[in-house]
Amino acid sequence: MNDFVQAFQFIGRDGQILGGPPVPTLVHLSLETLKIAGIAMVISLLIAIPIGLWLGHIHRGSFVAINLGNVWRALPSLAVLAIGVAILGLGLDNVLLALVVLAVPPIITNAYVAVDQIDPELVDAARGMGMTGWQILRKVELPLGVPLVMAGVRTAALFVVSTTTISALTGYSGTLGDIINNETSYHLSGVLGAAICIAALALLVEALLAGVQRAMTPRGLRVTRAAAPEGSLAPAVAEPA
Amino acid sequence: MNPQLPIAAGGPVIPSFGGSGKAYACERANGLFCWHWFSQNWGSVLWPALRQHVVLTLIAVAAGFAISTALALIAHRHRWVERPVTAVTAILYTIPSLAMFELLEPIPGFGLSRTTAEVALVSYTLLIMFRNTLTGLRGVPAEVRDAAAGMGMSPRQILVRVELPLALPAIVAGLRIATVTVIALATIAALVDDSGLGVPILTAINNDVFKTELISAGLLAVLLALFADGLLVLLNRYLTPWSRARLA
Repeated sequence: MNDFVQAFQFIGRDGQILGGPPVPTLVHLSLETLKIAGIAMVISLLIAIPIGLWLGHIHRGSFVAINLGNVWRALPSLAVLAIGVAILGLGLDNVLLALVVLAVPPIITNAYVAVDQIDPELVDAARGMGMTGWQILRKVELPLGVPLVMAGVRTAALFVVSTTTISALTGYSGTLGDIINNETSYHLSGVLGAAICIAALALLVEALLAGVQRAMTPRGLRVTRAAAPEGSLAPAVAEPA
Repeated sequence: MNPQLPIAAGGPVIPSFGGSGKAYACERANGLFCWHWFSQNWGSVLWPALRQHVVLTLIAVAAGFAISTALALIAHRHRWVERPVTAVTAILYTIPSLAMFELLEPIPGFGLSRTTAEVALVSYTLLIMFRNTLTGLRGVPAEVRDAAAGMGMSPRQILVRVELPLALPAIVAGLRIATVTVIALATIAALVDDSGLGVPILTAINNDVFKTELISAGLLAVLLALFADGLLVLLNRYLTPWSRARLA
């Protein structure tokens, strides 16, 4: 258990090694991890949300959207990173590509289902009120689909954060994974400290996105949300990485 | 990595791209995929790693299945159990695997071992299978349960003959997700246990990014996951013939 005490001391020193040369601080590495994960998430959202929402809106492509989610589950992140490294070489490009490849499917699947499963009578009512397709999507389908869309985004975000740290195993440096991949220099206490930081980071991102989801959910839905069986609609359960 | 620090994992770079003959030209050039290397190392590197990967997965899924099914049965009978179990397993589920393996390492009795790998892998299966099994059991219509009770079945008979069979599709769905998840995470288990397809991947990275090994091990992991997923779909069809009859 001594290792755990030392791990927290390591965190207290902001990731410096006692008697060692100055190394990047934990804060710096955490922010870098978040930055890379953030860039990957922005790219993935820009690709996946429009596709998922549009497919759901026109109720087409269920085969693609659903199976994408199923195949995605079978993709080991380390394997995707490894294949990416082999093809693109080491570097940020490869890491970002792998992250986007892993983040897009759950977002598309959930966005599709979110819009597709909305009560057709509501959509008919909106059309009867003279709304255009775009207005229906923006004012009816999107607000009602927020919980499911966000479930996909949360899944993807968690996945991306942890995969960003895994990228250290494939030779990409600059994230918290560096410490875990370098036990000779950081010792077990440092590795453990970094592991604690990664776990905390994941829980933080999860809490943050849960807050965003709450803020985005229309007030009328917030009441019934508690009554609905949790996750019963979500086709893609969150996946650890 | 920080330039002042020595590179840890794998130690010095030893190019193992083989001999000098013409046959090794692809390996020396670090071509994208060298059949020659693949066929030469299938028996000594890839096949053993694949087998270990399957064993790692089977143990983790079996243990996870036993634990989560037991928990789900308890929660099915005593409703209050659901919340604490869900909360704990959800936190376990959120912890990134890289951190999970390392967090278990300093605990006495764990260290760099198969135990560490398996405990971490099992911890990821619990939430999925617990939730699915419980949802499946609760999804059994009350009328069906009443009818069974009316036929004179005891609660235990109802569970075994009515509720569990009807919950099978949900249970197998959970098993599917848990299995492919474990296959994916078992590659990372190579950090703490020297087995599975993660080993050749990490070796290749430390070996001047040897592409053939990366691609073969990576693809094997993907194919294994797809194969296992397909197998469980077939299992579900076999176990629930009535759902097919309804479709026909």
